[in-house]
Amino acid sequence: MLAESLFILLGTVSVVAALGMLIARNPVTSALWLILTLFCVAGLYLTLSAEFIAVVQVLVYAGAIMVLFLFVIMLLNLGALPQLEKMDWKKALGFVLCVIVLSQLVFIVATSLQLMPATATVAEDAGAATTIAKTLFTRHMLDFEMIGVLLLVATVGALMLAKRKFA
Amino acid sequence: MDTDLLLLLIVLLPAAGAVLNGLLPLMWPQLRRSEAAIGAVGTACVAVPFVLALVLFFQGFAEPYVGSFYTWMGVGDFSVSVAYRVDHLSLIMALVVTGVGALIHLYSIGYMHGDRSFWKFFAYLNLFIFMMLNLVLADNLLLMFLGWEGVGLCSYLLIGFWYEDFKNSQAATKAFVVNRIGDFAFLLAMFILVREVGSLDFAEVFAAAGEMTAGTLNAVVFLLFIGATGKSAQIPLFVWLPDAMAGPTPVSALIHAATMVTSGLYLLARMSSVVLMAPTVMGLIAVTGALTALVAATIAIAQTDIKRVLAYSTVSQLGFMFMASGVGAFFVAIFHVVTHAFFKACLFLGSGSVIHGMHHVEHDLRRAGYKDPFDPQDMRTMGGLGRFMPRTRWTYLAATLAISGIPLTAGFFSKDEILFKAFEFGYDGHLFAWFVWSVGIGTALLTAFYMMRSYMLTFEGSHRWPMAQRVHPHESPWTITAPLVVLAALSLVGGFIGLPKLAEKAGLANWIHGYLVGHGTHHGPVVEAAATAHVSVGIEVVLIVLGSLIAIGGVWWAWRFYALHELTGDERIRLRFGGLYRWWQRSYYWDEFYDKVAVRPVVGGAENAFAPFDNRVVDGLVNAVARTAQQISRMARHLQTGVVQAYALAIVLGVVVVIALMVR
Amino acid sequence: MEIALSWYLGLSAVLFAIGVAGVLFRSNLIIILMSVELMLNAVNITLVALSQYMGEVSGQILVFFVMSVAAAEAAIGLAIVIAIFRNKLTVDVNNINLFKW
Repeated sequence: MLAESLFILLGTVSVVAALGMLIARNPVTSALWLILTLFCVAGLYLTLSAEFIAVVQVLVYAGAIMVLFLFVIMLLNLGALPQLEKMDWKKALGFVLCVIVLSQLVFIVATSLQLMPATATVAEDAGAATTIAKTLFTRHMLDFEMIGVLLLVATVGALMLAKRKFA
Repeated sequence: MDTDLLLLLIVLLPAAGAVLNGLLPLMWPQLRRSEAAIGAVGTACVAVPFVLALVLFFQGFAEPYVGSFYTWMGVGDFSVSVAYRVDHLSLIMALVVTGVGALIHLYSIGYMHGDRSFWKFFAYLNLFIFMMLNLVLADNLLLMFLGWEGVGLCSYLLIGFWYEDFKNSQAATKAFVVNRIGDFAFLLAMFILVREVGSLDFAEVFAAAGEMTAGTLNAVVFLLFIGATGKSAQIPLFVWLPDAMAGPTPVSALIHAATMVTSGLYLLARMSSVVLMAPTVMGLIAVTGALTALVAATIAIAQTDIKRVLAYSTVSQLGFMFMASGVGAFFVAIFHVVTHAFFKACLFLGSGSVIHGMHHVEHDLRRAGYKDPFDPQDMRTMGGLGRFMPRTRWTYLAATLAISGIPLTAGFFSKDEILFKAFEFGYDGHLFAWFVWSVGIGTALLTAFYMMRSYMLTFEGSHRWPMAQRVHPHESPWTITAPLVVLAALSLVGGFIGLPKLAEKAGLANWIHGYLVGHGTHHGPVVEAAATAHVSVGIEVVLIVLGSLIAIGGVWWAWRFYALHELTGDERIRLRFGGLYRWWQRSYYWDEFYDKVAVRPVVGGAENAFAPFDNRVVDGLVNAVARTAQQISRMARHLQTGVVQAYALAIVLGVVVVIALMVR
Repeated sequence: MEIALSWYLGLSAVLFAIGVAGVLFRSNLIIILMSVELMLNAVNITLVALSQYMGEVSGQILVFFVMSVAAAEAAIGLAIVIAIFRNKLTVDVNNINLFKW
């Protein structure tokens, strides 16, 4: 019962916060809403007993990435938009498409209900750091190294892009 | 070394030379100036194959050897290989091609010195040798046809070598187009053979020839003969050869005298066993050859351009060879091909030496302020060159005597053998052979006359060029005269490879007959007509004496006539023959005739019928397609708004569609 | 752990749709990038939920990788935004159409 109410609370807050990000006119406000969403998602990971991922979510997303976003917003000194964004046919079509995508996804979930396992079959320590580390450093060692290289490349690329003076 | 390797080297070395001389200077223009290197590579790439061919020659090859290197194409049961055949016929032709070719390459180093496209010239020449070797060594008709077309291409490129002058490129086009007619017949013959025999390999064609119906056989031989008339400049397709003299003189010597134009004869000799089965067509061949010989000889009398005289003389001599083929004496045709290669190459190279000298005269005249036009090839402005160019003069004289058939020179043996064979064939009961023989006798007289005329007008008598006291030509450098000396020597003694039948009494066999046709039980690659009646020794002696007298008479007559009258001799002949002489001067109006009958109707028809069709329908269709694409693009490009969100929208649309397809 | 798997998946679908809407509606480049992050998170929820319910730890490894890639993507994306802003003094996608025909 506790878990269910916790899920409902976190889920509702995350959706509301996401909508807040969507409609906020000031980018800083948007970013703050998104941070709230990310925290809620971290909480949802906890309800799934994926502790390691939850911690990483807070550290990497809510911590590092969103700080980066806020830095950039402030660096560029972006204020609120002067007026509401115009509606045009592209936006209208986009809205329709969003609804279709959502309904399609819900449809998929709804039609495959009986295929899903009713309860978690996993051991208690499935989300623990040790469990993940064991797999990560054995079976996925190469992938892990590749991610390291990717991050290095991204760092260098970001540096170059930000440094370079365009004509 | 084994035969396969030798064969490959013989064929591929000239190709390598063509690539080296063609591509390297093309990519590095500074190489184009190193004439010594280009000339050395070009000459070596022909001289080495000559030596290798000599090695093969001394190895014998009484039995044909076929080296197959690569399957060119295989379609069902029909397959064509790149296979080369070594037998006595192909060896003798390969020796002539590479031997005379090497001498002419050497000559070209001196002749083409200072030309802007020196490198291109040698690349073309090497390519020509490569193609010619393919032609003579091929073991099947298709590979031979490859060489056949290849030498045609090189001929085209070299006739139009100085293409800045529109006349030259016109001559090249003419040669190419006229040759195409013959090539088309050759192709048709091959089509028939593929249908009837299912193979183009010589051995299989020969084996199957006996089973073909007479009509098919006649058609094949006739079409091959038409092909041969194109390449070997016989009536009715001879008109391209005189114009081909627009090319540089070494080209005239190599391609349009010694080698390429004889490939028609080679074709007939190669197919001799098939040709012999079509006696009707053989009569046609002999009569065509005789008429060509006579027509060309009369035209040659009235020409004033030194190279055109030689060109018509070539046509006439080729006519002699066709006479020999037509009376079933293919080996004599090849014999004459060989001796003709010697003396005609020598004559052409000699005329080149003369032209070289006259170019210097022209140069000096211009420096001295002479303004009028001056043609270095016109015999009317030569005369007395013998004093300044002794080596050219004596070699030219030797070759002239050889072509005239003065006893014991090369031309004497081969031409006499042709006439004797024609006589023998007539004696054997073929009526047309009498006609051929009598025309041959008359043409031999004309040959001696017009050749001596060209010698007299060029090298003897008074100096007729302007300011003759102040300017005069000089002898050419050794690279030009050395080949002349070699070829002149061969013109004098080269005939001893084919002694007349009379010599058998003295125990001397006719070597080339034994080599090509075989003796006793052994059979060579060339077949000859079987004679039933034998001409007696007495008649043979009479014929030889008659031939000698005609040659000596013709030479002596021209000598006296032109020594006495010089240039006015031509005038006297013109007055004597009147209208006929004008026909000779204008080559019997063949060109005008073709222009009216073939060229104009085709061009006019194309202009009136096909040009509008081409402009409106064909071009219209193409333009319509292009315009449609343009219109569609003009509309479609609006999709490229450059706005990221529009693209994102498209992506989401795609996602919706993909999901819809997946859950369906 | 009494919550049904379908709840997580439904929540993920809703968050994903909101992310798509953000990409399509907002004209601010930075908010578009944030919407992309939201979509990635929605997918992450799906992955973790399925991983736990099916007893397969690989799903969480994948989430870990997705986070790393998201970090790299954010770094590069924001660097591009800065570069564009320097050049055109705007982050409005409607004013950035260099690839127009």
